[in-house]
Amino acid sequence: MDNIKANGILDAKGLACPMPIVKTKKAMNNLDAGQVLKVQATDKGSKADMKAWAESAGHQYLGTIAAGEVLNHYLRKSSDEDATEKKHPNVINNEDLEQILGSNENIVIIDVREAAEYAFNHILSAISIPLGELEDRLNELNKQDQIFVVCRTGNRSDLAAQKLTKKGFTNVMNVVPGMNQWTGKTTGIHK
Amino acid sequence: MTITGMTSKEVTKKIFDKEELFILDVRNESDFKDWKIEGENFEYLNVPYFELLDGVEEIIKKIPTDKEVLVVCAKEGSSVMVAEMLSDAGLNVSYLKGGMKAWSEHLVPVKVGDLNDGGEIFQFVRIGKGCLSYMVVSNGEAALIDATRMTKTYFDFAERIGAKLTHVFDTHLHADHISGGRLIAEKTGATYWLPSKDATEVTFGYQPLEDGNDVIIGNTIINIHAMYSPGHTIGSTSFVVDEKFLLSGDILFIDSIGRPDLAGKAEDWVGDLRETLYIRYREVSEELIVLPAHFMMLDELNDDGSVSEKLGTLFSKNHGLNIEDEEEFRKMVTENLPPQPNAYQEIRQTNMGKVNPDIEQQREMEIGPNRCAIR
Repeated sequence: MDNIKANGILDAKGLACPMPIVKTKKAMNNLDAGQVLKVQATDKGSKADMKAWAESAGHQYLGTIAAGEVLNHYLRKSSDEDATEKKHPNVINNEDLEQILGSNENIVIIDVREAAEYAFNHILSAISIPLGELEDRLNELNKQDQIFVVCRTGNRSDLAAQKLTKKGFTNVMNVVPGMNQWTGKTTGIHK
Repeated sequence: MTITGMTSKEVTKKIFDKEELFILDVRNESDFKDWKIEGENFEYLNVPYFELLDGVEEIIKKIPTDKEVLVVCAKEGSSVMVAEMLSDAGLNVSYLKGGMKAWSEHLVPVKVGDLNDGGEIFQFVRIGKGCLSYMVVSNGEAALIDATRMTKTYFDFAERIGAKLTHVFDTHLHADHISGGRLIAEKTGATYWLPSKDATEVTFGYQPLEDGNDVIIGNTIINIHAMYSPGHTIGSTSFVVDEKFLLSGDILFIDSIGRPDLAGKAEDWVGDLRETLYIRYREVSEELIVLPAHFMMLDELNDDGSVSEKLGTLFSKNHGLNIEDEEEFRKMVTENLPPQPNAYQEIRQTNMGKVNPDIEQQREMEIGPNRCAIR
């Protein structure tokens, strides 16, 4: 069940506190902003500490999956996506999308966050196409469809919406702000 | 500078002696808020270790140089790391050996009284968690009441005083800590007594404890009289030892009373709790010394570290024994209850023998304060 894609894997099995966090901090330094790290640990206290450390360091704690004795923690390196200016003209806010979802289940929602972010929590009917894979997976999409693009804060989805428009998609809406403030129904692996 | 390890025993002495100590607790903020080492003259600074990975410059000014400094974490590793960093920065500091896990397991035996014909009664203070267990000794025989899972402490103590463990009692099915009763009985051949009404689901053999049972320790010298006193659980039983001491379990504490909700039956058991505290307990001698199974605050400790008070004194001073109005009493013990003890359901299952967690899991389950009381 645990084959979520990550950009890096850290083996911290058998290590006692504080080493899992010390090693995670180092491993994070080697990743690019926005990339996902999977940390394998056996220290039971590591879950609470990962979460608290990520919050204090500005990283995103995505969740933990227990596989036998091993706890697999997923973290996403901080990025400055909150601050960037959005350029795609057609936007829809969370509440309006939620309303549309309520009346029409068959709309297309693309979640362009990393696979691990999607795995832990996403809108029921959303499909996962991480921003980095979008270019190669355009053939999965229909140019005439109305497409809603969502990410965590509206920034990656803005880039994705621009890209889709450039490729000839005519009806693309960026969902703002996105999943970090989404209050509607979601599904995902229980954290 | 070198760093030194401080043992739980040494920290306990500082608490009993009301010494000063500066504690730098490097656990998570939520863990610290939930549960920490309490001392009347202790000062605290809580900064999680993971915020200090790049250095201790930020906090160094907040650490006094004219006081003893102890760095504390969950299991020791992080406190050693932070202590070394502080030491490199020129400070003289110690770390808590074994961390809060060792702290939670530390037991201090304190003699609380003499019994008939040379007998003695000892209280084992689990200072970190606020649990109290008892050993009644007479004529080469000993009985244990509400023993913790740190069985070796009792075995060593019994051996040192030359007593053989013959009876083990639990006043009720505990929800805040794992009982050592079953294991002790298995290892020593002692009889394990459990209140039958609390033991309906247990998976092992035991001696059912009923109201009025008398157990003799050491050739007819010391008498332990069982007194049915429901309310915290349906089977809760108190013991009158040698007509001098009232072991009240989790029904009556020094500055609080037991909560009726840990087995999920607050509304059902509030009447029993009321009857025990306001009727049954008033039928025994006010001269009895109450020895509870818990303490909640350091204020409840006597100067020698023991926890005890005359029943008559509690009748006048304990708030929970002085609520005339039944409806008010009902509200107090069923509404706005404090959070339940950590993993209390799993602990109950363990004490019934339904699950068998390993030692690491048992430690995790018992993390935190006991939270068995209402004040």
